[in-house]
Amino acid sequence: MGTRAVQTPRSSPAAIWSLKNLDDMNVPTLAELSAKGESPEILFWVGCAGSFDDRYKRVTKAFVKILNALEIKFGVLGTEESCTGDPARRAGNEFLFQMQAMSNIQVLNGYGVKRIVTACPHCFNTLKNEYPELGGNYEVIHHATFLQQLINEGKIKLKDGHAFKGKKITFHDSCYLGRANNIYEAPREVLEALDVDLVEMKRCRTTGLCCGAGGAQMFKDAEKGKKEINTDRTEEALATGATTIAVACPFCMTMITDGVKTKERETDVNVKDLAELIAEANGL
Amino acid sequence: MIQQVVFAIVLLGFSYFIARRIGPISKGIQLGKQTPLTGDSSARWKNVLLIAFGQKKMFKRLVPAVLHFFIYAGFLIINLEVLEFIIDGLAGTHRFFAPFLGSIYPVLMNVFEFLAVAVLLSCVFFLIRRNVLKIPRFWSAEMTSWPRLDANTILVVEIVLMLAILTMNATDQLLQSRDAHYTATGSLFFSSFLMPVFENLETGSLIVIERFAWWFHIVGILGFALYVTYSKHLHIFMAFPNTYYARLEPKGQIHNMPVVTQEVKSMLGLAEASTPTEPGRFGAKDVNDLARINLIAAFACTECGRCTSECPANLTGKKLSPRKIMMDTRDRVEEVMKNDGKLDDGKSLLGDYITKEEINACTSCNACVEACPVMINPLDIILELRRYVAMEESGSPASWNSMFQNIETNFAPWKFSPSDRFNWAKD
Repeated sequence: MGTRAVQTPRSSPAAIWSLKNLDDMNVPTLAELSAKGESPEILFWVGCAGSFDDRYKRVTKAFVKILNALEIKFGVLGTEESCTGDPARRAGNEFLFQMQAMSNIQVLNGYGVKRIVTACPHCFNTLKNEYPELGGNYEVIHHATFLQQLINEGKIKLKDGHAFKGKKITFHDSCYLGRANNIYEAPREVLEALDVDLVEMKRCRTTGLCCGAGGAQMFKDAEKGKKEINTDRTEEALATGATTIAVACPFCMTMITDGVKTKERETDVNVKDLAELIAEANGL
Repeated sequence: MIQQVVFAIVLLGFSYFIARRIGPISKGIQLGKQTPLTGDSSARWKNVLLIAFGQKKMFKRLVPAVLHFFIYAGFLIINLEVLEFIIDGLAGTHRFFAPFLGSIYPVLMNVFEFLAVAVLLSCVFFLIRRNVLKIPRFWSAEMTSWPRLDANTILVVEIVLMLAILTMNATDQLLQSRDAHYTATGSLFFSSFLMPVFENLETGSLIVIERFAWWFHIVGILGFALYVTYSKHLHIFMAFPNTYYARLEPKGQIHNMPVVTQEVKSMLGLAEASTPTEPGRFGAKDVNDLARINLIAAFACTECGRCTSECPANLTGKKLSPRKIMMDTRDRVEEVMKNDGKLDDGKSLLGDYITKEEINACTSCNACVEACPVMINPLDIILELRRYVAMEESGSPASWNSMFQNIETNFAPWKFSPSDRFNWAKD
């Protein structure tokens, strides 16, 4: 798991939506909410990487800060959350996948969950496309789309002078967002709202190159070959001259961060999630 | 009269041999499991029209798309002329349609000639791309001598067939002023450039050349049609059913296994344990475990290699090639059909054709599925093979088995305690 220091431009003058800037996160669980007889607008499905991976925990927190700042009524499952089963299914273990899926569906249906937002394209794809057949029907939104909608609705307003304005940023398409679910524009619209200099890699959108971690590759060594896939992809991202590589997936985050380290460019190139960019640009 | 009899025999002979190939191919496809068709048929017909008939996905790469389009249009339109060939051959007439179509006939013939020239030039360009420019996707590991020969044979045959049409029309035009049997066609633009080659020949020699070109073209087409059934070129037919039966769900969705659902439900106490009927195999070891659409796809593959050229595993030197997955699947079906449909020859698709190293390299990124101009899904086959390895053999890579164990015991693919899952909010 890669970790890397980030600069948090808290002093940025780009003060944001007129809401309070919370230092303490407010993260209610569905158990707490239902004990109070409340039900949230939306469930934030954190995912295993978002819960356990040190680097992606920062993305989770950035997204929570945005939700808090906008006073969106959300909840998480906390310790009641469990792997969606995506890597098990893709590695061929259908039994394990369905065990996970069914017990998750029991929990979700038990709380009467209707809408889910997640920062992981793999969780997103599984919850959205693969749970309905097993009895789990929810409106599932990836956080890229969620952020784009908030921007379009004018709820997130980005003012001039934030740290990323005019900076060269390239976006790496996650396969499970892009080809798997045809979401190509939402993450780019988020970046455009930040008024960055968005530069595309040659292989982007439908022809975007995988980071190398999908299909449960995250959990094993690569097969014998001439090169690591993430190195190849990172080279392509670096060739754009971008100083920030934007991602929207925990696996891509790890793979591209590792790639940047392999190329010894971690001092001048950042890998950031969309939620982090939005949060940081607003001094959260 | 003798010509008519000979023609009828030739026509019947080829029809017989072509028909004899349809049986094994369709039986081969029926080795696969029948799976329910989801979604509405209008979406499926839309795919047939846009993607197979309209070549929409071909145009993701412009140069081959334009060249291919000429050959495709030529195939569709020039074959109208074959109808006239057959009528003439059987009835002993010459250019049967000419009197009926009147002034439209020369227009049509000129269109056919334009297409013939376009096909000819496209095939020449394609030969150059393959053999001189050596575009890498035509030379990767699975492109052994037979696939390369197959591709070159198709292109050369098409060039020769087009030359035969032009030669026939050139000599025909010369004969129109010398022999009443040769119906006037008006001036035919492209073949008229060949007329100077033949104009000093005697009428007798001209007739021999014209007849030879006519016979060569029609016998060539019949022979080619038979060859196609053995060749990757079968895509000209199979692309259509393949786009119809191709899945409509989002690419990220892996299809469910209802057998497993039943068992898991009873394990969780959500349903009565059903008395299991013959459970069959989990996943796929051989072609009969795959769905029919996977086998249709194998016959629809023309080995263009767009899938492999975009596969991240293949691009970084791993053994996996999505095109090889399709070629192996077809080869195995053909082999089983040679054994009269028997699968117990000691061989199987997984192991003898496709290795674990190949399927383990897949990132399920769907680049191959996206790249295929006719909606072939190699990923579907890879996942079925992985299911067999994981559930029937417990033969997944060791680190995947640890990942499975972590999910079972910690509900996360990594070894973290489930009670720590919410700690991120407290750090």
